Amino acid sequence: MWFVASQFEMRGGREFSRPYSFAGPFLYSQEGMSTTPNKPAAPNKPVAGKKSDQGFVYLPLIAGWLVPGGGHFIQGKWVRGTLLAVSIVAMFVLGLAMQGKLYTSAQDILSLLGMAGDLGSGLLYIVSRGLGLGAQPVQTTVADYGKVFIVVAGLLNIIAAVDAHNLRTGRKS
Amino acid sequence: MLHPSHFAAVLLFALFASTVFGITMRDTPRRMVRYGAYCFALFIGSAIVLSWVMFLIAR
Repeated sequence: MWFVASQFEMRGGREFSRPYSFAGPFLYSQEGMSTTPNKPAAPNKPVAGKKSDQGFVYLPLIAGWLVPGGGHFIQGKWVRGTLLAVSIVAMFVLGLAMQGKLYTSAQDILSLLGMAGDLGSGLLYIVSRGLGLGAQPVQTTVADYGKVFIVVAGLLNIIAAVDAHNLRTGRKS
Repeated sequence: MLHPSHFAAVLLFALFASTVFGITMRDTPRRMVRYGAYCFALFIGSAIVLSWVMFLIAR
């Protein structure tokens, strides 16, 4: 395919003269190059996945926070949701089984951070508090492991909820 | 009450954390599995290396 190029070309919105003296138009070949022209990208279109504009966009984030894997379940990602739910719930339950402590107040900065991590588990934390689980103080090394398991389960649940939100917005496929 | 050993607790922690990392940090199932296995190996490997370092420091 042959194209006719002008003697002048546009660079940055300004018109420049070519540095050599060439009178009139010239031809060049596009053979060996891609013959399909580049399509202009759609404006504001997410790259990774498809996006649905219907519904509340933060629903997967909230559902994923309240119920581990819930944000993936409501988007039909059953396998991912199940694996996330099993991992996070197992970690939380194992933490309680090791007599790990649930943070109930934010008296100092460490308690505040621990409580923020615990709150990441959503309904698991609320129900466990309601049932009076994790109320005993940490007295053994294993109970200290359990406390860490509970906090990390909450933090992993936040990561999973944000992942569900990214799926919803199309940032991830 | 559950009484796992320290290493068993590390194994459980690494398994669950690697599963979540793999699913949330990669896009395709194949890459999820690879990244999850990579994180699991790093968790376990770093725990073993740090254990030996602390053992040698404490001597």
